[in-house]
Amino acid sequence: MRPARLHVLVAVDAEAKLSGVDRVLAALREALSQYGLSEEVRMVETGTLGISGQGVVLAVYPDGVFYGQVKPEDVREIVEVHFLKGRPVERLRLPTAAPVARPGEILGRQTRVVLRNVGVIDPENIEEYIAQGGYEALAKALFGMRPEEVIEEVRRAGLRGRGGAGFPTGVKWAAVRQAPGSEKYVICNADEGEPGTFKDRLILEGDPHRLLEAMTIAGYAVGARLGIIYVRGEYALSLRRLERAIEQAREYGLLGQNILESGFSFDIEVRPGAGAYVCGEETALIESLEGKRGWPRIRPPYPVTHGLWGKPTVVNNVETLANVPDIILRGAAWFRSLGTPTCPGTKVYTILGHVRFPGLVEVEMGTPLRVLIYELGGGIRDGRGLKAVLIGGAAGAFLTPKDLDVRLDFDSLAGRAAVLGSGAVLVMDDTTCIVDMLGSILRFFRHESCGQCVPCRVGTDLLVRLWEGVRRGIAGEEALAWMTEIVEAMRQSSLCPLGQSLALPVRSALENFREEFLAHARGEPCARCQAQGGH
Amino acid sequence: MTVEKKAILQKFPRSPDVLLSLLHALQRTNPQNYLTQEDLKLAAEYLGLPLSRVRDAVSFYTMFSLKPRGRHIIRVCESPNCHLAGAWSVVEELKKTLGIEVGQTTPDGLFTLELTSCLGACGVAPVMMVDDEVFGNLTPERVREILRGIRGAG
Repeated sequence: MRPARLHVLVAVDAEAKLSGVDRVLAALREALSQYGLSEEVRMVETGTLGISGQGVVLAVYPDGVFYGQVKPEDVREIVEVHFLKGRPVERLRLPTAAPVARPGEILGRQTRVVLRNVGVIDPENIEEYIAQGGYEALAKALFGMRPEEVIEEVRRAGLRGRGGAGFPTGVKWAAVRQAPGSEKYVICNADEGEPGTFKDRLILEGDPHRLLEAMTIAGYAVGARLGIIYVRGEYALSLRRLERAIEQAREYGLLGQNILESGFSFDIEVRPGAGAYVCGEETALIESLEGKRGWPRIRPPYPVTHGLWGKPTVVNNVETLANVPDIILRGAAWFRSLGTPTCPGTKVYTILGHVRFPGLVEVEMGTPLRVLIYELGGGIRDGRGLKAVLIGGAAGAFLTPKDLDVRLDFDSLAGRAAVLGSGAVLVMDDTTCIVDMLGSILRFFRHESCGQCVPCRVGTDLLVRLWEGVRRGIAGEEALAWMTEIVEAMRQSSLCPLGQSLALPVRSALENFREEFLAHARGEPCARCQAQGGH
Repeated sequence: MTVEKKAILQKFPRSPDVLLSLLHALQRTNPQNYLTQEDLKLAAEYLGLPLSRVRDAVSFYTMFSLKPRGRHIIRVCESPNCHLAGAWSVVEELKKTLGIEVGQTTPDGLFTLELTSCLGACGVAPVMMVDDEVFGNLTPERVREILRGIRGAG
């Protein structure tokens, strides 16, 4: 087989599916074969290309041309004009400086580490991952490093948990290794439920082997023989791709008994959730894995000593683990060359809402919010002004234009650092009603509160009632004061981060947009709320 | 029916940690998209768990139902991102066209209307799922069109 002259990457994810990517693929296959280009032009079905809201997206390499909103009837033109005659079809070309880099390349201000292969390789083919240097880190760890050395490398790299709290991963691993007992577990938290984020899904769907490799390295380091990936029940495609990847890894001797004849044995299983936001909290997740309702445990003890089935357990987020193979292969010093001294590495964000180019980006830790919104997101759409940014999803904080220069890393965000984990950046233009947005968040929390502890169960309900009073103009300033008081009580006394974190959105909304809340309370709702009537 | 269900159970190891996977599989066999008392008993017996333990777990998760639901389940995402993009008008349209409130099933047993948290398809907000399929960039007109399509297909 000749090496292909062109590679066409077709993003196949949930979005593409609902835009009819299957029909585009069929048309492309047919056209390539009809023009005798099947060998010259290689078609690769891959995960997302990092572009949202553009329907079916294709990328053509080495030209670096991106097409959006591709319909089956456009395929012939692309094949004839571009693939045969070498002229990109301008009418379908995406205006964006496409946020995808070839391996090792840096495009614009993006630095791709964990997303390096996403949208570049066929996630259903283990050989493509191997061809990009996949599983080399595992071989290096198994044959060239003692488990303690693996942990030391991760610790020196300064990798911190991307799930939210920013806890040093190496320290967590060391604690599990040192915990007494021979039965230990590695759990990957893929219960991505924070509204407005889908970065983990795209890693699961676009580069599943990276996760398997990382978990196996973690298992070797801490002395575990079983890894479990807990995936949201709603993520049907992620579940399928992971199962397929695990099968392939077993066939290649990269999972199972005596991996690569190293004497080390490790296997991975996938478990679906069943619709409960709180299961993203690690002890609730462990309860759910044991076949129980997802009620958070009282800590201490922590999972590092008493996790799944009461055994020492590492629980790492998808994005955290996705950094591990590169750290082992390229070393701690390389990782430290990215990001800030206390927060090395990169961070993945989903930029959504009223921006011109919504989508997924990966940038170095410490990148200012302004760069995300105005450079990578292309600025506010329809020439409007920026009103607020909800960063971190429902459990996030409302920021205002005066916060645009805040650097996004665990230390610069200080008390608001928890919002970093999910990477959700929801941009709102000046037509947005913040009262209305906060209502959406409060209803979400009322629904997702697990009901175990009183502050959260009662607090989330009271907050919705008070908010309704304000919005309808029948409750006044004291309702706002109560809301502040309630979230503070919840912050101090809730069992888990679900109840504790509601203080962030509520306080930031009430502080930054107080006048807007007062106007609604006075019976002067904004145009948007009037239009929604009694909703 | 029970033979079919027993065959499903056999695919799982007898370990309590597979409870959720097993319940998903049982629920899928029922055209009315719910778990019967019989299902809960089967799961409890198979895994050697008390029935109360299984019921306790089932009642916690939104993807499981103990009441019969419609043949098709419509789940509208109501998270902030979809809300910003006008999810409320989608819900209003569904309520009007189907003639039911959220949580109810149409008299013909065809549709159940539910709300859901983020479906991770925020790039095409507002979004809803009908069974396993995601529909995005919704407007009231598009919602009517989708419903017509499903009704047409039976």
